[in-house]
Amino acid sequence: MKLSKNFTNPLAANNPVIVQILGICSALAVTVKLEPALVMGLSVTFVCAFSNLIMSLLRNGIPSRIRIIVQLVVIATLVIVVDQFLRAYMYDVSKQLSVYVGLIITNCIVMGRVEAFALANKPWDSFVDGVANGLGYAFILVLVAFFRELFGSGELFGITILGDWYTPNSLMLFPPMALIIIGCIIWIHRTLNKDLQEK
Amino acid sequence: MLNLFINSVFIENMVFAYFFGMCSYIAVSKSVKTAIGLGAAVTFVQLMTVPLNYLLNQYVLAPNALAEGVDLSFLSFILFIAVIAAFVQLVEMVVEKFSPSLYNSLGIFLPLIAVNCAIMGGSLFMQQMVGTEINSFGDSVVYGLGSGVGWWLAIVMMAAIREKIEYSHVPAAMKGPGIAFIITGLMGMAFMIFSGIQL
Repeated sequence: MKLSKNFTNPLAANNPVIVQILGICSALAVTVKLEPALVMGLSVTFVCAFSNLIMSLLRNGIPSRIRIIVQLVVIATLVIVVDQFLRAYMYDVSKQLSVYVGLIITNCIVMGRVEAFALANKPWDSFVDGVANGLGYAFILVLVAFFRELFGSGELFGITILGDWYTPNSLMLFPPMALIIIGCIIWIHRTLNKDLQEK
Repeated sequence: MLNLFINSVFIENMVFAYFFGMCSYIAVSKSVKTAIGLGAAVTFVQLMTVPLNYLLNQYVLAPNALAEGVDLSFLSFILFIAVIAAFVQLVEMVVEKFSPSLYNSLGIFLPLIAVNCAIMGGSLFMQQMVGTEINSFGDSVVYGLGSGVGWWLAIVMMAAIREKIEYSHVPAAMKGPGIAFIITGLMGMAFMIFSGIQL
C-alpha cells in the first residue's frame, strides 16, 4: 500500500516539475519535438532510479560530510553511461539533445531525490521513488512537447497531423512559449488542487 | 570578442534562450537584494570555472591532447563537475568568512550553485564552441563573464518585477511560480528582439 502511494504521488499530486519546481532547466529546452522529449524523460528516469538505488545501498557507509561529492560521482557516471548509449544507438536524438544530456547531472530532481529520500530509505523503496519521480518529470516533458510540436509544426513524432489548412505557428518553437505553457499547466494544476495555492 | 560578449549576455541569454539555472532563478528571485548577491556569486563562479574547464579541455580531454591516440572526451562530464564542485566549496568558505550576512541570506542556494545548470551548461557550451566562436583562452574568459552577467541581469530584472507584483491581483492559482513562468516567457520574447545583432 505504502509502495503504491510512493509511486503514484510524484506522478500528479506532488509532481517534481510543476509542484516542487525542480529540474526546469533541462525540462524546457528539449520539448520542441516529442521524440527528444520522450528520450530525455526516460534518460532522467533511468538516472534517477539507479542513483537512488546505489546511494541507498551505500547510505550507511558514507560520512555525511562528503556525501555531496559521492552523489555527484555516482550521478555523473550514470549520465556518462546514458550519453554513450544514446550516441551509439540513437545518434540523431543525441545530436538534438546536445548538452542537455550532460545537464542531467545538475538536474535538481536527481540530486533532490537522493538527498531527500534515498539516504533515509531502503533500496527497493528508493528505486521505486526514483522511477516514479522520473516518470513524473517525463510526463510533463511529453505534455509540453505535445502542444509545441502539434501547434508549432503541425506534426506528432514527425508525422503530419494537421494538414495543409493549418498554418504552423512558429512562435511555439521558440523558447519563451515553453515557459508560458508550463505556467498554464501550473495554473490548471493549482486550480484543481487548492491546497497548493500560495496565499 | 565584444561580439561574443554581447552575444552571450543578450542574444543567447542563459535564462531566456536556454532555461539554464531556472530552479534557483524561480526560487531566489523574491527580493532584489538576494538576487543581486546570488547573481554576483554565479557570475564569479562562471568566470572562474569556464576558463579552468577550457584549459582542462584543451590540454587533457581533447583527442590527442594528453598523448597521441588518447581521447578522453567521454570523461568531460565528471571532470567538469568535479572542478565546479571544488570551486563552489571555496567560494562558500570565502563568503562565510567575509560576509556572514550575505551567507545567511543565500542559505542553501550557495552550495546549490554547484548543481546550478547555468554553470555546468556554460562549461558544456564552451566545449561545443571550441573551434568556432571560442579560439583562445581570452575568448573563454569573455564567454564565462558574459554568460554569468546575462544570468545576473535576468534574475535581478525578475526580482524587481516580482517585488512589484506583490501588490497586484494575481489569480490565486497563479501566485508564485505560475506567474513567474509567464513573466519569464514574456521577458524572453522581449529579448528575442536582440537576435541578429552583429558588432
